[in-house]
Amino acid sequence: METMIILLAGVLVSVATYLLLSKNMIRVVLGTAILSHAVHLLLMTMGGLKIGSVPILGDTVETYTDALPQALILTAIVISFAVTAFFLVLVYRTYQTTGTDNLLEMKGTEEDE
Amino acid sequence: MNNILVFPMVLPIIAGVILLFFRSKPAIQRWGSILTMIAVFAISLWILFQVMDQTILRLNFGEWAPPFGITFVADAFAMLLVTSSSLVSILCLLYAAFAKDEKREKFFLYPFLLLLVAGVNGSFLTGDLFNLFVCFEVMLLASYVLMTLGGEKRQLTEGIKYILINILSSWFFLLGIAYLYGSLGTLNMAHLSQRIAEAGQPPLLTTISILFLVVFSLKAGLVLYFWLPGSYSALPTAVSALFAALLTKVGVYALFRVFTLLFYHEPSITHTIIGLMAIITMAGGSIGAIAYTDLRKIAAYNVIIAIGFILVGLAANNEAAIQGSIYYLMHDILVKGLLFLIIGTVIYVTGKTKLDQASGLITSYPLLGWLFLITTLSLGGIPPFSGFAGKLLIGQGALEAGEYVIVAAAFLSSLFVLYSLLRIFLNMFWGETSISQKNRVILPKGMIAPCLILALLTVGLGLGMGVVSPFVAEAAHVLMNPEIYIEGALKDE
Repeated sequence: METMIILLAGVLVSVATYLLLSKNMIRVVLGTAILSHAVHLLLMTMGGLKIGSVPILGDTVETYTDALPQALILTAIVISFAVTAFFLVLVYRTYQTTGTDNLLEMKGTEEDE
Repeated sequence: MNNILVFPMVLPIIAGVILLFFRSKPAIQRWGSILTMIAVFAISLWILFQVMDQTILRLNFGEWAPPFGITFVADAFAMLLVTSSSLVSILCLLYAAFAKDEKREKFFLYPFLLLLVAGVNGSFLTGDLFNLFVCFEVMLLASYVLMTLGGEKRQLTEGIKYILINILSSWFFLLGIAYLYGSLGTLNMAHLSQRIAEAGQPPLLTTISILFLVVFSLKAGLVLYFWLPGSYSALPTAVSALFAALLTKVGVYALFRVFTLLFYHEPSITHTIIGLMAIITMAGGSIGAIAYTDLRKIAAYNVIIAIGFILVGLAANNEAAIQGSIYYLMHDILVKGLLFLIIGTVIYVTGKTKLDQASGLITSYPLLGWLFLITTLSLGGIPPFSGFAGKLLIGQGALEAGEYVIVAAAFLSSLFVLYSLLRIFLNMFWGETSISQKNRVILPKGMIAPCLILALLTVGLGLGMGVVSPFVAEAAHVLMNPEIYIEGALKDE
């Protein structure tokens, strides 16, 4: 199971890399979102998947699943959600101001102004 | 319990949230945020003195004993940085309050500045690697907003690049955390340090350490500084001063913490790489600083040179050099804030951004001119000012470690710093005055006051080395002896 999830994370990373390298801003934003999902999967797998029962103290249970990675992922998901939301709004605003969604046309520093 | 430890992070957050409700009252926003930062400064000064007594202070959140809960751990190094960054934030806020940029003030400039400071202070104080990531994100999200606040075209396009590069580095950070958790099963920094020491830092952990090196280098602008000059020069003055003073320093702090507390067993690999990166950074920064005529670009490249210089101390990895780095870090927080405030003021009074577009400013604005000269000399490391002590100790420590090439590069870069800033001074302040008396922009006293205070502080830090040195010595001592930190961060009370 762990191998499958790691492979899935790898696929997500390659998809995200492809999207990040494109010129279209929306694709780049989607790329960052997928990239963060890949690392969340990795974090979860690092703690071991379903190696025991729920981490609540009981009489019959002997092994427990590590709950920490889930807590970490929850935090990381919230953060990446906030960043993605902000990034989307920013991209839209930039599109409105510059009239283009092509990253290659945004090279401008003051030298070209 | 040392509940007071949480205040440098929580006070700015609370104040920031409260200020959200006073959108239409700029006076409350301005003075409320300044008062908050003064309170934070006073508290962090108090904690600093406590730390000098007790070496390490710790706060377990929710009474969860380490290594299970999240902890805040204050040692002298962290507290020195919290204190100096709070101090410089007060002055940047003061500058912003007098610059009266109402368009931005209406859109929550001050709450976001406070949130930025909260993230910075949190990063300095936390004793948990994942919490460090969270504090980084608090700081970064605030900085994303500040970067793009105002919505100028240049800010937006530079903002996209800045955000993208930071999302990517946060991703690497999480990746490093995942690998570290997978191999060691803990994220508490003291506990990590213990386990790494037990394992003797095998190659797998050294590889993970390189991942962290990449992450923090991106934040600090060590070699991977390509994003920095463009984004810093798109910002309004007070914000750019705060960015220059604080943001890269958090990356430097993380590098010091990680490579003195966690991954210090293979210095021949990690610290050699850091040394090489420092040389490349200083070389690249020097080239940039003399290549441009845009004032803000020159200032931004000066930030990069300083980062390289501070990391020389870490590369040398002995107590003298680390002491020098801490001195230089504090000096740099103050004086980079000062440099960016003065550059912004010069642009404000002349309306020009290039150094050949104005001259003779010193006749109209004598105080500004002399302050700029003090900044130049201080950054160049001329004796009575604060840059000298740090440069001396870093040089001494690196020579002890036998890193002759790095020392040569470091002091060569100081000459470039001096040259790049003297060029501004000679071109813009010296010579025939280009501003006629009637076109003269009146410089508000409130804008020059923060610069004056910062300049006095850099002189004070230079002359008052004796006052600061016990703190710095203590900070370096704890950094070089991880067992003190581990003992303080893990022991039961």
